[in-house]
Amino acid sequence: MTYDPGADVIQVVRHPGASGAAGTYRAFGETLRGLKTTFGRIVEGPTTIQYPEEKTPVYPRFRGRHKLHRFEDTGLEKCVGCSLCAAACPADCIRVVAAENTPENRISAGERYAAVYEINLSRCIFCGYCEVACPFDAITMGHDYEISDYTRSDLIFTKEMLLADAIERTPLRTEGE
Amino acid sequence: MNLFALVNYVEPWWIQIIKSLVIFLVIFLLLPILIVYERKLLGRFQNRYGPNRVGPFGLLQPLAEIVKFATKEPSRPTTSVGFLYRLAPAIAILTAVAALAIIPFGNVQDIFGTKVGLYGMDVSIGPLYVFALAGISFYGIMLGGWASGSKYSFLGSMRGAAQLISYEVSQGLALIGVVITAQTLSLTGIVHAQGNVWFFLPQIVGFLIFMVASFAETNRAPFDLVEADSEIIGYFTEYGGTGWVAYEFAEYTNMIVVSGIAVTVFFGGWLLPFGIHPPGWVDPFVVLAKIFLVLSFFIWIRATLPRLRYDQLMSFGWKILLPLATLNALVTAIVVVS
Repeated sequence: MTYDPGADVIQVVRHPGASGAAGTYRAFGETLRGLKTTFGRIVEGPTTIQYPEEKTPVYPRFRGRHKLHRFEDTGLEKCVGCSLCAAACPADCIRVVAAENTPENRISAGERYAAVYEINLSRCIFCGYCEVACPFDAITMGHDYEISDYTRSDLIFTKEMLLADAIERTPLRTEGE
Repeated sequence: MNLFALVNYVEPWWIQIIKSLVIFLVIFLLLPILIVYERKLLGRFQNRYGPNRVGPFGLLQPLAEIVKFATKEPSRPTTSVGFLYRLAPAIAILTAVAALAIIPFGNVQDIFGTKVGLYGMDVSIGPLYVFALAGISFYGIMLGGWASGSKYSFLGSMRGAAQLISYEVSQGLALIGVVITAQTLSLTGIVHAQGNVWFFLPQIVGFLIFMVASFAETNRAPFDLVEADSEIIGYFTEYGGTGWVAYEFAEYTNMIVVSGIAVTVFFGGWLLPFGIHPPGWVDPFVVLAKIFLVLSFFIWIRATLPRLRYDQLMSFGWKILLPLATLNALVTAIVVVS
């Protein structure tokens, strides 16, 4: 028994026949329209961003490489070594070893400070949970996305590297761009 | 029987040698420029820059590629027929370069008291010479595909050969209209006959047919299914390195030849419109500029039209183009005679 599709048939819209005036129109008229379309692309000009010389601007909330922060007035580190960021990290790339602040060796504003603070950027997925988890806004995501390196060990960023003033290599997107 | 070029004056043998060398070298040096120009223009058609890293504005890109291809290890399939496999690209190049000889780049000039025609030779059979060489060039494709010893290459070459034969007919018939109007087969004679009006106006149908057929003859988009960059397999699938470059060289030379014929036959060769008569040394530059414009049109079409399917190609060639070209030749003949 042959299959009867019934009324459930999609009517295919056929092109004009390939003969006579319709064929001539398709051969030349539509070709001219296509030529006009492609020529419009020349008038528009290239939209390429010449990457190493010219960088894609990022949005203000772009999640790039992390930064650790200090208090601007006292110069003390904001991070108190609570390891909440390490706990929040889904990729398990943050390692924090806390130590007690002493009156003669005061590093952070709280009771304790991070003696070791390492982020393994080869594992980081740039989800920003560390930033959200931090109760003191000690860690934030910067705008730098040029963090490739030659060896894996070079991608383990230590506290000194994260605390240092980041080189702003990436332009920020201006309003309305 | 006279085996030498029949021109209306005596041309010493050394002038003919110098002329052929100059024409070959100029076109040979234009080819890399044409290739990089095509890629840059194609880029512009697609909102991008095209090659711009090697050298100033990417102009050294073809040189880098030549080095790359020349240093490739020559290899061939074990099933290939060695001699023919190496000979086929040479045939393709040879016919393409030989066809350059009859493109007139200018009128007869007086250079240091010697009369020199600014063309390889002015054969009295003009377009027939081009078609004869196009007929031979098809051996380059056929032998290349067959000698590769690969079924796919062979099928590709069959496809290419069928395409070339189909469109050569229309191309030739399109030129007959011009030949009847100019009443001469000599290409310089055809240029001289365009003193009043360039032939693309009275022969607009012939011109369109010639251009369409030329796209097919040179395996350019939208008829590039012989080569079909990425999708299907063409006749030079088994060629790599220098062999492939040879075919590419032949293709681009063919483009220049076809553009040269189009310029000569339909756009008044070295003539300029509006009654401008520049000194004789400007002629070759006028011809080269016109060829350049026609080549730009080739690239424009390549950026615009998608590739035809094989059956569309065949039915278009035989059912539309060939009757149109025949009709054009007939109507022209009737108009000219009456």
